[in-house]
Amino acid sequence: MCQVGEDYGDPAPEGPPPPRPGRELKCVKCKEGVPVVVIRAGDAFCRDCFRAFYVHKFRAVLGKNRLIFPGEKVLLAWSGGPSSSSMVWQVLEGLSRDSAKRLRFVPGVIYVDEGAACGQSPEDRAKTVAEVKLILQTLGFPWHIVALEEVFGLSPSVLRCSAQEPVGAVGTYKVAVDSFLQQQHTLGTERSGGSPSPAQGEERLSPPGTQESQDPAGPPPAAQTEALSRLFDSVKTLTAKEEFLHTLRTHLILHVARTHGYSKVMTGDSCTRLAIKLMTSLALGRGAFLAWDTGFSDERHGDVVVVRPMRDHTLKEVAFYNRLFAVPSVFTPAIDTKAPEKASIHRLMEGFLLRLQAQFPSTVSTVYRTSEKLVKAPRDGCAAGPRCLLCMCTLDVDAADSATAFGAQTSGFSQTQPPTPRAGAGAPTEVGGAQDRCQGAGPCGREDSRARVIERLCYGCRANMKDVGLAGDPGVSGG
Amino acid sequence: MAAPLSVEVEFGGGAELLFDGIKKHQVTLPGQEEPWDIRNLLVWIKKNLLKERPELFIQGDSVRPGILVLVNDADWELLGELDYQLQDQDSILFISTLHGG
Repeated sequence: MCQVGEDYGDPAPEGPPPPRPGRELKCVKCKEGVPVVVIRAGDAFCRDCFRAFYVHKFRAVLGKNRLIFPGEKVLLAWSGGPSSSSMVWQVLEGLSRDSAKRLRFVPGVIYVDEGAACGQSPEDRAKTVAEVKLILQTLGFPWHIVALEEVFGLSPSVLRCSAQEPVGAVGTYKVAVDSFLQQQHTLGTERSGGSPSPAQGEERLSPPGTQESQDPAGPPPAAQTEALSRLFDSVKTLTAKEEFLHTLRTHLILHVARTHGYSKVMTGDSCTRLAIKLMTSLALGRGAFLAWDTGFSDERHGDVVVVRPMRDHTLKEVAFYNRLFAVPSVFTPAIDTKAPEKASIHRLMEGFLLRLQAQFPSTVSTVYRTSEKLVKAPRDGCAAGPRCLLCMCTLDVDAADSATAFGAQTSGFSQTQPPTPRAGAGAPTEVGGAQDRCQGAGPCGREDSRARVIERLCYGCRANMKDVGLAGDPGVSGG
Repeated sequence: MAAPLSVEVEFGGGAELLFDGIKKHQVTLPGQEEPWDIRNLLVWIKKNLLKERPELFIQGDSVRPGILVLVNDADWELLGELDYQLQDQDSILFISTLHGG
């Protein structure tokens, strides 16, 4: 309570700042090594302990969640950046360990060439793809290089949520692991009687070479590149561009995963990035979907589950690890390269969180821990509700209550599964495709289609789509 | 009075975009009154190496949050951050963690 005479003017007298870890200290873990990196607030690790710590975190995140079954096909989404490169490297190392601790899934890698959306010249794109290919070829996994332009070729069925495989209970996981080990053991005893092939080769379920790598025959058709550039140029704000790019990329990766039989996709989102994403999503109106956007697993697409194994690693740890242990990565300019601080909500949040982190080193971990506590509980009575057309999240609508503005806009919406997209008049309600192809249907057709698409979107996606214009569109504000 | 120092300044993680795309710079810092520390080095870099957008690299008298500094492959937090005094043949690496994912 305020007291007479209490002085608010001077700041509290500061004691000496807490001692910074210095070179004369020893590693906090092994107590003997010379520390090279400071993790969290003041823990100095030596090189070997840092490596063990980093690798342990990766394995622990996978082990704790028990979602990836032995022998399962997992697609690694690699952007060339540090976090996803580190993830791919961890998987590579994890697969080559001795049998007890070996990772047991079957990986593939996908790289999406987004040069058209970022305004890269065809020569630069070709150069980047060549560098990427070099690295992919050394990995030994099947790899896929796809250009973002292929999103125009996706059928509308990608926007329908496929039947969801029920997530097994913990018991199922244990049973699966046990039977897998049993299988391997049997294989091992059978083979040891025959030819002396190396133990490592026979333990891989899918021997290298059976999976074909997907290499684009050449650069995508110029017309598609042109269309994609035009599409992104027509987006008015960087925020909407980033969100839109993320949506297109996700759908493309999922499509490749489905086509090639992958049931999981791993993305390299780090702890820092997810903390920023959480705050950004709140600002963008995606608060209802935080648990899916930032959690370890994201099952909204049904048959393919997106998994984030790097979510425990901060960007600092990733950068140090990559430097100390020479993890290859490819630098590609992105849509927000060299963008000023206030160019988009994402950049603003990033600047805010990182500046706060510099003063209060527990900021990022606090936000991250909050994201861990978010629960994916559907609203009562809306378990099988309609889904947003773009982000596939169950719409946060309470059918009985149309008092909210959002509820009022969607109250006329049917509760059944969305009808099959119209295939006639060349205007399917496709991501991105709708914007371009609608032009052929004439002015009234265009506005109608656009309004129809907008009403099937969640609040966050609607706000974004308002910024995505049509070429020659007379400023129709959607919604 | 500090003698001229020869150090290697390296940029990674996308920071090199601000330096004409060149990652490694072998620099000779001129002799001067005060000893060279990271603080002075940053001022020198801003004046002599940085080609564009200083606000993306430097904030105040330190680096922008999100940029890591390694001196001889060790975290600068272990060495006193801005107050670390440079030695001849040191290698200072600036990695931007903000780009890519």
